[in-house]
Amino acid sequence: MTQPGFEGLQDGYPDYMRASIAEVEATRARRLQEGHQAPLDATGRAKLLEEWHPDYKADRKREISVGPSKGDRMPHEVADLLEAYPTVDPKSVDLSSPDLDVSVLILGGGGAASVAALFAVEEGIAPKDILMVTKLRHGDCNSVMAQGGIQAADRDNDSPSIHYLDVLGGGHYTNKPELVRALVEDGPRMIDWHEKLGVLYDKLGDGTYLEAHGGGTSRMRMHSAKDYTGLEIMRVIRDEVRNVGIPIIEFAPAVDLLLDEAGHAAGALLFNLETDESVVVRARAVVLATGGFGRLHIQGFPTTNHYGATADGLIMAYRAGARLIDMDSVQYHPTGVAYPAAILGQLATEKLRNQGAEPVNSEGEPFVFPLEPRDVESAAIIKECYGEEKGVETPSGIRGVWLDTPMIDEIHGPGTLKSRLAAMWMMWHRHGIDITVDPALVFPTLHYQNGGVEIHADAATGIPGLFAGGEVAGGVHGKNRLMGNSLLDYNVFGRRAGISAARWAKAHEPRNLSLKHVMTYAEELKSAGVKTDRVAPMILPDYRREAVLARRLDALR
Amino acid sequence: MADEKLTQIYIMGKAYDVPVGVTIMDAMEYAGYRFIRGAGCRSGFCGACGTVYRREGEYRLEFVLACQEMVEEGMHLTQLPFTPAPRSDYTLSELDPSENVLLQHYPEVARCVSCNTCTKACPQEIEVMDYVQAALRGDLERVAELSFDCISCGLCAMRCPADIKHYHVAQMARRLHSVSDSPIPEHLKTRMGELESGAFRVELDELVSMDLDGLKAKYAKRVIEKEEVAT
Repeated sequence: MTQPGFEGLQDGYPDYMRASIAEVEATRARRLQEGHQAPLDATGRAKLLEEWHPDYKADRKREISVGPSKGDRMPHEVADLLEAYPTVDPKSVDLSSPDLDVSVLILGGGGAASVAALFAVEEGIAPKDILMVTKLRHGDCNSVMAQGGIQAADRDNDSPSIHYLDVLGGGHYTNKPELVRALVEDGPRMIDWHEKLGVLYDKLGDGTYLEAHGGGTSRMRMHSAKDYTGLEIMRVIRDEVRNVGIPIIEFAPAVDLLLDEAGHAAGALLFNLETDESVVVRARAVVLATGGFGRLHIQGFPTTNHYGATADGLIMAYRAGARLIDMDSVQYHPTGVAYPAAILGQLATEKLRNQGAEPVNSEGEPFVFPLEPRDVESAAIIKECYGEEKGVETPSGIRGVWLDTPMIDEIHGPGTLKSRLAAMWMMWHRHGIDITVDPALVFPTLHYQNGGVEIHADAATGIPGLFAGGEVAGGVHGKNRLMGNSLLDYNVFGRRAGISAARWAKAHEPRNLSLKHVMTYAEELKSAGVKTDRVAPMILPDYRREAVLARRLDALR
Repeated sequence: MADEKLTQIYIMGKAYDVPVGVTIMDAMEYAGYRFIRGAGCRSGFCGACGTVYRREGEYRLEFVLACQEMVEEGMHLTQLPFTPAPRSDYTLSELDPSENVLLQHYPEVARCVSCNTCTKACPQEIEVMDYVQAALRGDLERVAELSFDCISCGLCAMRCPADIKHYHVAQMARRLHSVSDSPIPEHLKTRMGELESGAFRVELDELVSMDLDGLKAKYAKRVIEKEEVAT
């Protein structure tokens, strides 16, 4: 390779890693012969999590001092934003004549938001009476980045009940039963809806779906579209939103919810990122579909998440009185990229493992069943690197284990990896690594917000007129989500949020707008002794380097 | 990092020293840019960060994603995060998957001069011109197959001398191909029927009200389906 930074590399890896790669190669035939080690039992899982999973470190969390979930333990990074003052001063906003007036306002531009918009139309709201508003572009979201697949129990040896049990056990029985039921019962329905919209799922020669396992599944129910599953679903749904003609304002994130005198959701205050203007939108019903919090880099982890995943929805809903649940739990995806540093923390899809790639240590030895639920798999990898000291250290000082990707073609035949995992092949190929020949170095990366705003099966939150779906909502996955259930989640609860919001909008008149709740929340912070200049929502992370920020001027303001 | 190796690049004509071995996106942030447009998923899937650059001393423009491409010494770059490309609205169920359907909605496809500029502009290494030619022939399956890895960054449309909106054509073709040539599997239809008739209702009622010990016992007894491996 000729690119700078690639000097002294052999096919993408530094020379010193080659000895370890040779050990991986040396054990491969034996490992293929022997098969995987058995999954851990409940006691084994619990011990591993307790000792090695980042969620179990007590000093990385604190009790939240105000609001509806006061006393709950949350990561400091989340608590810092909840214990922060409004980004836009509520006193500076004139709410007397809204700039826009709609029936259903949808906050977000990703999967859940788009599905909600389409089903609000199905439920009888005219497209022109709906408004989607989003921080970045329509489709800049985590939904578009999901690679591995979407679960749905549609084969004859499977059932929603079996799916239910997999979800609940994977979530350590902390999930809300009514939400899990909705998830698994609606699963096949959503796949059917996708088919009618023209999503191209992978199928076998006989026309049935190509379905695979995911971590913690007992049946093969992972539907895929190569390893662009999230992209394929999202671009089709987005295309349909455009066909239907649902208005959308991009680069205009909501910074606070607006309530009426009765405390019902009545709109949102937006911030135009390009002109710095505030925009007041009044609505009869509001859907919160603003996604998760990966860009908060909980415990300093890199993340797979998109640029806008800064927990804005959590902050807005919490200030308005919504309860948050399971916020003590964070999903670290077992296999983020550990090398090269340029793509550190980007996703190495679980599909690599469901197609046969096995995690092995620096000596080429397996140490975990490859498809444990994600929290268990992550804990095992962290233990192997920092407990057993059998990780491979990168030039930037990060440790990782090998994901033995060449096994995929050994198992399924040459060409399988490149056709079923085209995005993965391309990602490493861009850095001079061919994962059909060499293994990939991986380490857990911050992936998903397990908890969120508490909802019911109809996507209603504790705030009348506010409905939530997708990653911003909590309870569906409990303390740990299984692969393939986030794409399903945003479809199931996006749909339910859209339908519920449409029904609510038809039954309620628009009312006067208020930001009193934001001022009250700020007062509560003061009374609780929170002294800080922090403001929230964050809107976008800031990755400029310190030396630049230190010299920063606001001369044009 | 104190011993960080730096290299010089030009962002919209202005020189900056940035670290070696980082992506264009990270380098721009290092230089002091804070993105509003031009950054999305930061993992190569969303197409928000289309970027054009030219190497020192070369006449040719290169087309990449800022979040995926490493910086190089002397790179002159700018981002093109938005393409004003019109798309044709349609109702999928009313489309006739005939040879002419794509041309009816996107007549400019016929203006393709086979210059291959689109293909050269594609950061996903897609054979864009080949799928435009397939679109011209009305071969939906071929368009779907060739265009599958498209992330709609718009660089093809930005470069096309015939003003074709390749990625919109491809999106329509994929959806139409799916509904007309890739039927809903029978096993999904069967399951939909079962759900409709409430076949799982009693089982689920029981599970939803089951106590923790009952659930744990049931979970421990799960039989994990074995994957048949091709030999």
